[in-house]
Amino acid sequence: MKFEGTKSYIATEDLKVAVNAAITLERPIIVKGEPGTGKTMLAHEVASSLGLNIITWHIKSTTKAQQGLYEYDAVSRLRDSQLGDKKVSDISNYISKGKLWEAFESPERSILLIDEIDKADIEFPNDLLLELDKMEFFVYETGKTIKAKDRPIVIITSNNEKELPDAFLRRCFFHYIKFPDMDTMEKIVQVHFPDIKKNLIREAFKIFYDIRDVPGVKKKPSTSELIDWLKLLMTDDIDAKTLMEKDPNKLIPPLHGALLKNEQDVHLFERLAFISRRENDNSD
Amino acid sequence: MFLNFFFDLKNANLPVSLKEYLILMEAMDKNVLDSYKIDDFYYLSRSTLVKDERYLDKFDKVFSHSFKGLENTSEVENSEIPEEWLRLMGEKHLSEEEKKLIKSLGGWDKLMETLQQRLQEQKKRHEGGSKWIGTGGTSPFGANGYNPEGIRIGQSESRHKKAVKVWDKREFKNLDDDVELGTRNIKIALRRLRKFAREGAETELDLDGTIKSTAHKGYIDVKMVPERRNKIKVLIFFDVGGSMDAHIKICEELFSAARTEFKHMEYFYFHNCLYDYVWKDNARRYNEHQSTWDVLNKYPSDYKVIFVGDAEMSPYEVTYPGGSVEYLNDESGETWLSRTLGTYANAIWLNPVPREYWDRIASTTVIRQIFSDRMFPLTIEGIDHAMRELNK
Repeated sequence: MKFEGTKSYIATEDLKVAVNAAITLERPIIVKGEPGTGKTMLAHEVASSLGLNIITWHIKSTTKAQQGLYEYDAVSRLRDSQLGDKKVSDISNYISKGKLWEAFESPERSILLIDEIDKADIEFPNDLLLELDKMEFFVYETGKTIKAKDRPIVIITSNNEKELPDAFLRRCFFHYIKFPDMDTMEKIVQVHFPDIKKNLIREAFKIFYDIRDVPGVKKKPSTSELIDWLKLLMTDDIDAKTLMEKDPNKLIPPLHGALLKNEQDVHLFERLAFISRRENDNSD
Repeated sequence: MFLNFFFDLKNANLPVSLKEYLILMEAMDKNVLDSYKIDDFYYLSRSTLVKDERYLDKFDKVFSHSFKGLENTSEVENSEIPEEWLRLMGEKHLSEEEKKLIKSLGGWDKLMETLQQRLQEQKKRHEGGSKWIGTGGTSPFGANGYNPEGIRIGQSESRHKKAVKVWDKREFKNLDDDVELGTRNIKIALRRLRKFAREGAETELDLDGTIKSTAHKGYIDVKMVPERRNKIKVLIFFDVGGSMDAHIKICEELFSAARTEFKHMEYFYFHNCLYDYVWKDNARRYNEHQSTWDVLNKYPSDYKVIFVGDAEMSPYEVTYPGGSVEYLNDESGETWLSRTLGTYANAIWLNPVPREYWDRIASTTVIRQIFSDRMFPLTIEGIDHAMRELNK
């Protein structure tokens, strides 16, 4: 079982090595990186390239580790008991399975995506240590042990909002997706828009990387924003010439809303445009 | 070989453990890599041994050192060659005879090795000559000279165009611990300082309490609890003006990060050292100041106190009454600082000046003593340690 990247996802060499190591050794892999570099996408692409079923567990600040295993609905059992329902005698009627349980029980090997693990409480990863290591857990209410038939491939993404505990990290592979360079980016764009014009790409890239290099930009545009922007450029039928135009009145790139996501950044750009216009006027 | 590599990583203070080394061995054993290329091994070992992007740069350096047999890369780092040494100083024309002579030097690897050695030996600027690194000479190291096998240092384009090894590119350089400081990073560092507690209006259902009380009373008795909130309360004192002007940007970043991170945050300004008054608005600091006593009395002792300042002043400004540069203070800065520390058990000082310089500044040493060494550099790592200290 080997992951080689897919038609719609450009995987760099180091990413492939890390993912394959995780698959072979049946250990979780943690993927970190700037927002929009395709961390979550990776799991879906691995699933589709290996033809496996994917189970996604989105983590929120309120998510508890226990919810991934199972939840015991005490309230409805209490209510049923007052109504004299027969279900009450069997406690397993009130246990709902979590995502981990689902992944462990799946008849064939599956992929478990634990998305944005850093959103949860600091203790969250520690509570899953044993479960992810042994791929089994104990259900106290029924006294049964749930064990994975086929150890699922666990892919964990993190946005670095919290540090993960060392004990947890030791058991995982780690990959940091760095921001793609020009060449990789060109491949990525080719995958998404096979018939985009070469010169449009070139000009768009220049603007894109220029924006990323402007000091003081609060939210740097990422790959997914570039893709959205190119999509807009294509649907609006803007050609490379318009992008190349050095008209000082149009220093802000067309359809910049896709690239600049907060008003301070837009203001920053307007200010820069204003300054360069003034300089041009003076030199005339 | 790999054991040496592992211990090199340990010695470079990378947090690697035996467990991770064993995983790496297991991966090698199970033939995760289908080729024996060193690049693939580099990727595999990186993904097994490094678990935080801030260590990637260090890892690259150690990897390059371990698998090249070079002396020690970190020492070369310290003896960086200033660019202007190597800037164009004039071409030197050599006779055919001389050119032949130069050819006799060993191959590429030999050159790299020698360069490494010479970098370590040489500490001064050099021009001309035939051994040291500099400009316009016939040594193989330096720029704009003539040597058919030369290694160019500090020139726009390499003559050899030899592909740089991945780990030698050190692409992750700017992710190192104490380099980049943006508000987001600071926020994450500040987040260490959290203590959740239930306080205020009862808005959430307390399931456990409800069940217990229901079982106890025999009828459904709903219990509510307040929501969990971060109840850390912080008091920040900023040093402004004078020598702090150079650190305005970083202080602004810290300020805005702290603003969003802590719900209960109060801030005050002071100049150089804390005396008997502080103020909240720098534009009106002379009219609208508050007595420090009022501040100490107003905010209860469970507030965590952070001082931000470079602690750079004349030692008299700290230790003597009347030492302030601005007015005649009745009590010394030291008295005021100790008084504050007496009120608030959890207090630290963040210093934007790099730690290396602290020992050379008398006032910094004094203040550090007053704070019983609870002074931290204003870097991500420093804030991190500071927050741990405050949490104690």
